[in-house]
Amino acid sequence: MSILAFYVHIPYCVRRCGYCDFNTYTPSELSISNDLSATSATYIDLLLKELDFARQTAGEAIVPTIFFGGGTPTLMESKDLGRVISGISERLELAPDVEITTEANPDTVTKEKLAALREAGFNRISFGMQSAVAHVLQSLDRTHNPENVLKATTWAREVGFDEVSVDLIYGTAGESLADWEFTIDTALALPITHISAYALIVESGTKLGAQVKRGEVVMPDDDQTADKYLLADEKFSAAGFDWYELSNWAKPGSACRHNMAYWNGDNWWGLGAGAHSHISGRRFWNVKHPAAYTQKVLESGNPMQDQEILTAEEARSEEIMLQIRLVDGIARASLSEGEAKSLPTFLVEGYLLSSAWEQGRVVLSKTGRLMADRIVREILV
Amino acid sequence: MPAIPLSQAPQPSKTNPAQIRNFCIIAHIDHGKSTLADRMLGITEVVEQRNMRAQYLDRMDIERERGITIKSQAVRLPWRSGLDNQEYILNMIDTPGHVDFTYEVSRSLAACEGAVLLVDCAQGIEAQTLANLYLAMENNLTIIPVLNKIDLPAAQPEKFAEELAKLIGCQPEDCLRVSGKTGVGVAELLDQIVLQIPAPVGDADAATRALIFDSVYDTYRGVVTYVRVVDGHLSTRDQIQMFSTGVRHEMLEVGVISPEPVVSKGLGVGEVGYVITGVKDVRQSRVGDTITTYNNPAKVALAGYKDPRPMVFSGLFPIDGADFPLLREALDKLQLNDAALVYEPESSAALGFGFRCGFLGLLHMEIVRERLERESNLTLISTAPNVVYKVTSGDGKLLTVTNPSEYPDGKIEKVEEPIVRATVLAPSEFIGTIMELCQERRGVLLGMDYLSEDRVEIRYTLPLAEIVFDFFDQLKSRTRGYASLDYEPIGEAEGDLVKVDILLQGEKVDAFSAIVHKDKAYAYGTMMTGKLRELIPRQQFEIPIQAAIGGRIIARESIRAIRKDVLAKCYGGDISRKRKLLEKQKEGKKRMKMVGRVEVPQEAFVAALTTDADIDKAKAKAKERE
Repeated sequence: MSILAFYVHIPYCVRRCGYCDFNTYTPSELSISNDLSATSATYIDLLLKELDFARQTAGEAIVPTIFFGGGTPTLMESKDLGRVISGISERLELAPDVEITTEANPDTVTKEKLAALREAGFNRISFGMQSAVAHVLQSLDRTHNPENVLKATTWAREVGFDEVSVDLIYGTAGESLADWEFTIDTALALPITHISAYALIVESGTKLGAQVKRGEVVMPDDDQTADKYLLADEKFSAAGFDWYELSNWAKPGSACRHNMAYWNGDNWWGLGAGAHSHISGRRFWNVKHPAAYTQKVLESGNPMQDQEILTAEEARSEEIMLQIRLVDGIARASLSEGEAKSLPTFLVEGYLLSSAWEQGRVVLSKTGRLMADRIVREILV
Repeated sequence: MPAIPLSQAPQPSKTNPAQIRNFCIIAHIDHGKSTLADRMLGITEVVEQRNMRAQYLDRMDIERERGITIKSQAVRLPWRSGLDNQEYILNMIDTPGHVDFTYEVSRSLAACEGAVLLVDCAQGIEAQTLANLYLAMENNLTIIPVLNKIDLPAAQPEKFAEELAKLIGCQPEDCLRVSGKTGVGVAELLDQIVLQIPAPVGDADAATRALIFDSVYDTYRGVVTYVRVVDGHLSTRDQIQMFSTGVRHEMLEVGVISPEPVVSKGLGVGEVGYVITGVKDVRQSRVGDTITTYNNPAKVALAGYKDPRPMVFSGLFPIDGADFPLLREALDKLQLNDAALVYEPESSAALGFGFRCGFLGLLHMEIVRERLERESNLTLISTAPNVVYKVTSGDGKLLTVTNPSEYPDGKIEKVEEPIVRATVLAPSEFIGTIMELCQERRGVLLGMDYLSEDRVEIRYTLPLAEIVFDFFDQLKSRTRGYASLDYEPIGEAEGDLVKVDILLQGEKVDAFSAIVHKDKAYAYGTMMTGKLRELIPRQQFEIPIQAAIGGRIIARESIRAIRKDVLAKCYGGDISRKRKLLEKQKEGKKRMKMVGRVEVPQEAFVAALTTDADIDKAKAKAKERE
């Protein structure tokens, strides 16, 4: 039977962070009550309706992973989130080792909330820690108390989450190398199994993007950000977290299987406002705004905004672009002569691991990972 | 009104020379020549009111937009003088208005007996006008001083009347005062033209001699040649012959412009009009040449014919290499109408295939480039302009260098460069500033005169190369736009010149090589290496940028290797977006020019070859379009 992973998008946040360009809305932007309990119930009803459409479109399948992201999924009632999980299991077959993750804000969870999530079926949780340094959090518009993360991760383990992850962001304006090292050390002291660490991307259309454009915020230069990546990789590895994707490190066996589905080109369905799906070379995505999503689901059950069917060339571009970011890299034998043309130079320059090369694989070295986009362009041009 | 209906006016081919007055208008850009010409067309009623439009005689968009005349024209205006109530034919010969076209101006002047010196009485006379005035005086033309724009609140007619009087040796009250805008004084001006300017004199029975003062390519008619008959008679039955080439042509049509073409039987002594011979290229019908008849050829040509000689050279390259054939076509087409434009194919390692083009001067270059871009929808890159050098190498060989890439390696005996005599007119408060600029540019002061209490004429000799390199822009910006400049070539002089090469990772980039004075070499080297350091994106290896004279490095910079080129996040919804970004980057990479292993974006070439003044101009243009 075919495989279908699920992504569930919860497009709500209490407030918007300056760097964030995700499809998310605050209650005031939507003119709804700050207490989202009513919104929670109705939004989840819509997700279930879309789920009917998904089942109808995708047919029977086994579900290996479900991932709730946002926004802030934990703003929804845990029992409502649980309704989505049981909704999926009623319509499709959950794999026996199904991985069910939710993102969570370390500030707003309580031990009870975490227990309720566990109860609802979640077995993996990912906390948005970002940094352990107050002034860095402030410049990211995040207000949580760094100590909350220790509490939240500890509770998560106590209520039975075996897989606990934190997200970190580096390269914020004003963040020193020492600040970043402190964040790394703090994260490594947590009872976690997985770390995602992202260099901050300045997206146009965000508050941060505007500030940078106006010259109010000066981003650190890329060389320093590169140093931070190397430092993180070194410390994470030393602590037993191995890189498995460019920005992801995990204890053995704790890689996020849901994210691997994206990178391996598997099939997944994205439920909710603005969510993207991929089924066998067809990418499609839902209308973004919750109001438009509501209307479309109520009218026809199908909230799709648009789709694209990948050409062979596009599919190949994606495959190389995604696989090169992984620890297994790309099989040399799968590359055409043209695609492989520039690789010997990169090998000589130390951007590819020579041990893997000899074993017939193209795998990025530490410095190579920092140049992944350039290397992909060289392969594809 | 003293206008005469065309049908009742003296007819072409049989107008008595005593009734003819040939004149031109000498004026600076924006001093109102076109508006005054419009007014004359209106008042003589050769253009009906309802058909009138602004700058009626300027044919090209580019002329109208920039407010300058590139090619001249001649309009036949019938006029009954208010002074003696007699009928006259006034031929107004429009002259090109810029320094690069001095030779064409001189031929237009040679076709006239008099000139209207038109000066904006809010601005005063400009260097260009002064140069043309001197030219007119050398041609023994009668000068009628006219102050224009007397309707302006800022007009200072008394002040500038004195200035004009001093220049041409008349009384301030001899200056006529007109407003092209309102029409005040225009009829009186026409009467004064009749009164003061002598009628043409020629021998109607002698062998025919006609002066070509302009030659224009027309898509439908071929070349239209504008002539002034000096002796004899031109008629449609004649076969004509060009003095310079000896080539014979059939005469297909003769006529006058009034101001639309009117076919006539011929043109007699003193008359001004056009001939069409079926020639397809203006180089076969050159300005300054003499037309005679084949059956009864004149023995002596009219004086003053010169081959136009390009003074400034620059490489023109299409941004998109695939446009090269289009550029060739566009140049071929333009040359039909521009005898002064020369070009030959050039290939640059950095910029691909293009053309080395020769121009009369900077404005000519700018106009050609703009017309190529506009009329053929091309986007072009031009290399820094340079002059013609005569290089004697160590073994005594003499080389003419119009391109830095032709500059010989090894020992150089001497280098000669063109020298000009430059005249700057400006308010006296800028004397110091102007002298400083001229000294910086290797100028030698020739003299200085006060035109009026607070305006001076400063004369310098300068190497043309210094003028070609942003001198005019500097002059304008340092004098807040008040100074005007004119120059004429006066010969060549030996200069202490060197070629500076720019190297990227040890590879010479031909497009950036320049021939400069030894004292400026270091400045050029640091400027160029500094600019390139900013413009070339970091790559995965360090890129040394050097400026060198021969094997000697005079300036260096380096671009550090890039260490990070990756976006950290790539999840479900990011994939399409990231792939599209990648496709865009792939396209961008294809447009990169490779210099050795270094990828140089096209924009970096454009920006590196662009001066700050160019950028300001581009900005001003963009603003105009808004």
